[in-house]
Amino acid sequence: MVRKIMEGSHAVAEAVRLCKPEVLAMYPITPSTHIPERLSEMVNNGDLNAKLIRVEAEFSAISAIVGASAAGSRVFSATSSQGLALMNEVLYAASGMRLPLVMVVANRALSAPINIWNDWQDTISERENGWIQIFAENVQETLDSTIQAFRIAEDERVYNPVAVNMDGFYLTHVYEPVDIPNGEDVQNFLPPLNYKYKLDPERPLTHGPFAYPEPYAKLKKMQFDDFHSFVPIIKEVHDKFAKKFGRNYGDGIIEEYKNDRPMTIVTMGSISGTVKEFVDSRDDVGLVRVRLYRPFPKEEINKALEGKENVIVVEKDVAMGSRSGALMLDLKDALFDVMDKPKLNNIIGGIGGTDITRKDLDKAINELKDKNNKVIWAGV
Amino acid sequence: MKGDLFAPGHRACAGCGPAIAMRHILRAAGKDVIIAQATGCMEVTTTPYPETAWGVPWIHVTFENAAAVASGISAALKMQGKEKTKVIAIGGDGASADIGFGAISGMLERGNDVLYIAYDNEAYANTGVQRSGATPMYASTTTTPAGTKIPGKEQRKKDLAMIAAAHHIPYVATANVAFIEDFEKKIKKALEIEGAKFIHVLTPCVPGWGIDSSKTIEYSRLAVETGMWVLYEIENGKIKINYKPSKLKPVGDYLKGQARFKHLTPDLITDIQKKTEKHYNKLIAIDGLQIF
Repeated sequence: MVRKIMEGSHAVAEAVRLCKPEVLAMYPITPSTHIPERLSEMVNNGDLNAKLIRVEAEFSAISAIVGASAAGSRVFSATSSQGLALMNEVLYAASGMRLPLVMVVANRALSAPINIWNDWQDTISERENGWIQIFAENVQETLDSTIQAFRIAEDERVYNPVAVNMDGFYLTHVYEPVDIPNGEDVQNFLPPLNYKYKLDPERPLTHGPFAYPEPYAKLKKMQFDDFHSFVPIIKEVHDKFAKKFGRNYGDGIIEEYKNDRPMTIVTMGSISGTVKEFVDSRDDVGLVRVRLYRPFPKEEINKALEGKENVIVVEKDVAMGSRSGALMLDLKDALFDVMDKPKLNNIIGGIGGTDITRKDLDKAINELKDKNNKVIWAGV
Repeated sequence: MKGDLFAPGHRACAGCGPAIAMRHILRAAGKDVIIAQATGCMEVTTTPYPETAWGVPWIHVTFENAAAVASGISAALKMQGKEKTKVIAIGGDGASADIGFGAISGMLERGNDVLYIAYDNEAYANTGVQRSGATPMYASTTTTPAGTKIPGKEQRKKDLAMIAAAHHIPYVATANVAFIEDFEKKIKKALEIEGAKFIHVLTPCVPGWGIDSSKTIEYSRLAVETGMWVLYEIENGKIKINYKPSKLKPVGDYLKGQARFKHLTPDLITDIQKKTEKHYNKLIAIDGLQIF
């Protein structure tokens, strides 16, 4: 293990290098661009033995890693915002085909107006595409989650694409001290991929066929049911990682911080750092950080929110057409069959790279203290 | 598997030109190949889950990405040391001339070790015969119906093979299911070459063209005999015309009997004749030249 001060994007590239993928396909888009740049250096300098396909669009980036994955190789890509949106069609195909892809999404606002700064609208808009989604709080967690993502995706019980979300700029461009695991430990943690259904002339299989209504519906139900079965496996991978490398992120699914207070903020990603400081500054509010966003860990969250008076969801996205952010909708769904429901309120902030300050949080929390089902836009 | 690697029993129409192409692609390629196919007639009719007509590993992802999927497969095979296994991407004219055009250009420019075969039935046949960038001029399709004001498609057919050749790839060819030995020979030749290769094959569509199911090969041959389809290869930038009829038949011989052209007036037929001759003569003039 080495400790280094490292840019977030470079830490991701380092994690990828340690995981020895065979095929990468990349297209530059802000703020994820430093990831393909660093990986290109590694490949061209012989530090990473992989084929890096410099594609002509994000649509082909995801398509190429789908092909390589189906052919049995460990694969990786990274993107942001419009790039993720352009990939949309293939993201659904990849999860429907149950391929073990890993991608880092450097979260950024979606057009229009065009905006290069951070919020979660890109990945939140992909919340029903069947990908596992993990939100990292800091650079170390992004690095660690990337390594875990390969192990999760490639677990035979899972065989499903995984996206690791890191906040654009706040994590991609920030320098933080990170522990870089040694290669041998990563190799021990992450066995070589042996994808069971690979495209192989010795055992010809048809991938991605056409399905009539009945088999289609049956396959979709299988996918829908399977998706929730990933939660304990994701936890298991996190626990194994924690044991080997000495770092854990809550229980791998959610992280509770001073969650013994009457109010709780529920949020994700790098804003959790600010929220932790905010929580430290008061005595009436704690934090539940959602690390695993998809599949949504309803049971873990309900347990963490038991007996709360007021739950305040802080998020950097909107669910257009509904009356709140998307994470708020998930909380409503999770709490629906809880008898003794807490009040539930929503702060939408950080949109298009705006700041959410402790002052904003203070003001909003004081306003929401006795309210229920109210939505506040912070910083607007 | 006994017999053809492309099995019978698929759901394609009787007399389907593309299905003939698929059978011969696999005859030429053999077993040690992986196919990446775009959405289209040949994908839908050959893989009704849980059945498949494909005796080789085959993958379909979306309409517009077969070339990119194939790029990824090729990269994976290289990393795994499986240099002998060939990769073929297949798309119809909608997938190739239109929606997947960018992905193909990317693959050709990168020089990924893939043979792309565009099977051209000159319309979006799978969705009910809409016009594509490869639909010929004046053809009536469901989105360019022969109307009283506009007589079918107003634009010319996109020249896919020449566009492919402009990427400076080692091998480009046109082919035609009426010249099946030539087609198989070209596939075999292409697969021996490292890098990106492109074959554009004309494959008549029985319902799309409005022809009898027994006439697929006849019309396919007439396309060549009238000069409306020219068989050539471009190897390392040098073009060779493979077949020059001693005298071109009039285009009317090809157009007549096809429902998509039945509205053509003598003036329109004359226009097609002129354009066809001009195009044909241009190709004859550059025969043997280093054009890219």
